[in-house]
Amino acid sequence: MAATTASDTLKRTPLYALHVALGAKIVPFAGYEMPVQYPMGILNEHLHTRSAAGLFDVSHMGQIRLTAKPGRNAAVALERLVPGDIAGLKPGQMRYTQFTNDQGGILDDLMVTSTGDHLLLVVNAACKDADLAHIRRHLSDDVEIEPMFARGLLALQGPAAVDVLAAHAPQVRGMTFMTGSFVMIGGAECYVTRSGYTGCDGFEISTPADACESIARLLLADARAKPIGLGARDSLRLEAGLCLYGHDIDTTTTPVEAGLVWSIGKDRRAKGGFPGDQIIIRQIAGGPPRRRVGLRPEGRTIAREGTEIVDTGGAVLGKVTSGGFGPSLNGPLAMGYVDRAHAATGTKLALWCAAGRCRPRSWPCRSSSTPTGGADLMRTVPLPARQSVASARAMWRPHLEWQFAFPSGQRTPWRQ
Amino acid sequence: MATVKYTDEHEWISVDNGVGTVGITDYAQEQLGDVVFVEVPDVGRSVAKGEAIAVVESVKAASDIYAPVSGEVVAANGALADAPGDVNLEPMGKGWFFRIRLADPKELDGLMDQAKYEAFVKSLA
Repeated sequence: MAATTASDTLKRTPLYALHVALGAKIVPFAGYEMPVQYPMGILNEHLHTRSAAGLFDVSHMGQIRLTAKPGRNAAVALERLVPGDIAGLKPGQMRYTQFTNDQGGILDDLMVTSTGDHLLLVVNAACKDADLAHIRRHLSDDVEIEPMFARGLLALQGPAAVDVLAAHAPQVRGMTFMTGSFVMIGGAECYVTRSGYTGCDGFEISTPADACESIARLLLADARAKPIGLGARDSLRLEAGLCLYGHDIDTTTTPVEAGLVWSIGKDRRAKGGFPGDQIIIRQIAGGPPRRRVGLRPEGRTIAREGTEIVDTGGAVLGKVTSGGFGPSLNGPLAMGYVDRAHAATGTKLALWCAAGRCRPRSWPCRSSSTPTGGADLMRTVPLPARQSVASARAMWRPHLEWQFAFPSGQRTPWRQ
Repeated sequence: MATVKYTDEHEWISVDNGVGTVGITDYAQEQLGDVVFVEVPDVGRSVAKGEAIAVVESVKAASDIYAPVSGEVVAANGALADAPGDVNLEPMGKGWFFRIRLADPKELDGLMDQAKYEAFVKSLA
C-alpha cells in the first residue's frame, strides 16, 4: 500500500507555479505549499519591503462574502460573533476584529470590509473552514454566506507599493488607510484595500483566481517590487508588534490580555452582545490577569517561541509567544505574556535559557550532555497599541524603544 | 597543505601545522538560512571533542557548534560579531568560527573526507 505523503493533501494557491519559477523554497503552511523565501533570502526580503515594495502571496487566507437576506442587516448579525464595531462601518471602510468564544478567547482574528452591498471577511488560512462553519451555524438566518476560497489574495507592501500599484490603477493613490475599493488591474476586477500585515504602507488585492498570476507578474515587472516569502512576512509583522493567530493569540487569550482593546467598539464595550462579552467587559474595567508585552533581549541571543520568561529570582511569569531577529531593528525582539504585575513598560525580566530549550536545533544534532542553564536579561517595551499612517506616504522608522513613528496623519486601528 | 575534514554535525576543520580552523559547511548555512548572530568561544578555553563550543543563530533557528576535535582554542573570529552574514557568504572562508590546537591529531581519522561528506549530504536529501 502506498504511503500517503504530506504533499498529497497539501493545497496550492494560484501562484504556486510562479513561486517555483522564481526559485522559492516551498514549505507546508496551514495546509498549503507556500514560499518561505526566495533566493534573495529572508533578511534582504525584509529590508527590501521596508525600503521599496514586497509582493506576498496570501491566497491561502480565507475570503468570505456575507450578504444580508431580505429585511436583515449583515453588519448587525456579524456583531453577534465579534466585539468590533461592524454596524458603524461606512461603505468602503475596513476594520480589524476577532471571533470570540464564550470564555472571551479568540477563535480567529479577521479583517472586515463593507462594500455597501456586502461584508468582505479575510480570515486566517488555518481557521477558515472552522470560521465558515461557525458563521453558518450562527448567521444563516440573516445572511447569505459565500466562501471565496479559490480567489487570489496579494499583498503589496512597502513605501513604494503605492507607486507600483498606481502605475496600473491610478485611483489607489486616493485611497486612505483601512479603506477598500473595486479596482481594475490588468483587465481584471479586483477588490483592493489599503492595509497589510507588515507595519508598512501597502495594499491587499483580492483577485479572480485566473487573474492572480498575471497580476502578480504585472506588479513584479516593476523593479521596485520583489517577491517576498512567509519568513520575511513573519519578521515584518513581529517588528510591527502584530499578533500571529495560533501563537500570540488563541482560544485561551482574550482580546484584552492581547492588548487589542482598541479594536473593540466603544458602544460594544458598554452593551456587549458578543460571545464572552461579560468576561471581556470585566477585564477592560478591572484589568486582565496577564498582558501581551513586547520584549527586547539585551544581548544578541534570540528568544524564540516557548521560551519561559522569569523574574530575577527565577520564578516563571509567562512565556514568549513569538520571537526572532528583527532585520530593521538589527537585533532580537519578541512578544509574550506576563502577569499583570510585570507588564509595565521597562520591567526587567529574564529569559530562561536552558540548553536545548530556547536553542532548538535546525539540523540533526546530538542533544547536549552538559546543559548550561542561564538567564539572559531582557526588558518589556511598549507594543505599538495601534499604528498611525500618513495618508499616503507612511514611512517606517523603528525607535530605540521599538515604537513606530510616522510623519503625521490620522491614527487608525491597524490589524493586530 | 591543509587537511580538510568534516563531521556529521556539518562542521569542517582545516588542519595546518597542528592547528585546525573550524566552521560550518555550505550545506549547514543553506539549511540555517541567513545567520544573524554567532557566539564564538573564548581564546584559551580547553575543549573535548564533541563539546558544544559555539552558537550560531539564524533567522530560522539557533544551533550549537561542536568541537570536532579536542584541544585548546587559540583564535576566534571576532569579525563575525559585526558581519554574521559572512557565514552565509563564505562558510569555508571568512565565515570561520574559531581555531583550535589539536590535542590528538589521531582524532581526525574518525572524521569524513570531502568525498565521504558529499555522499553523506546526498543521503540526507
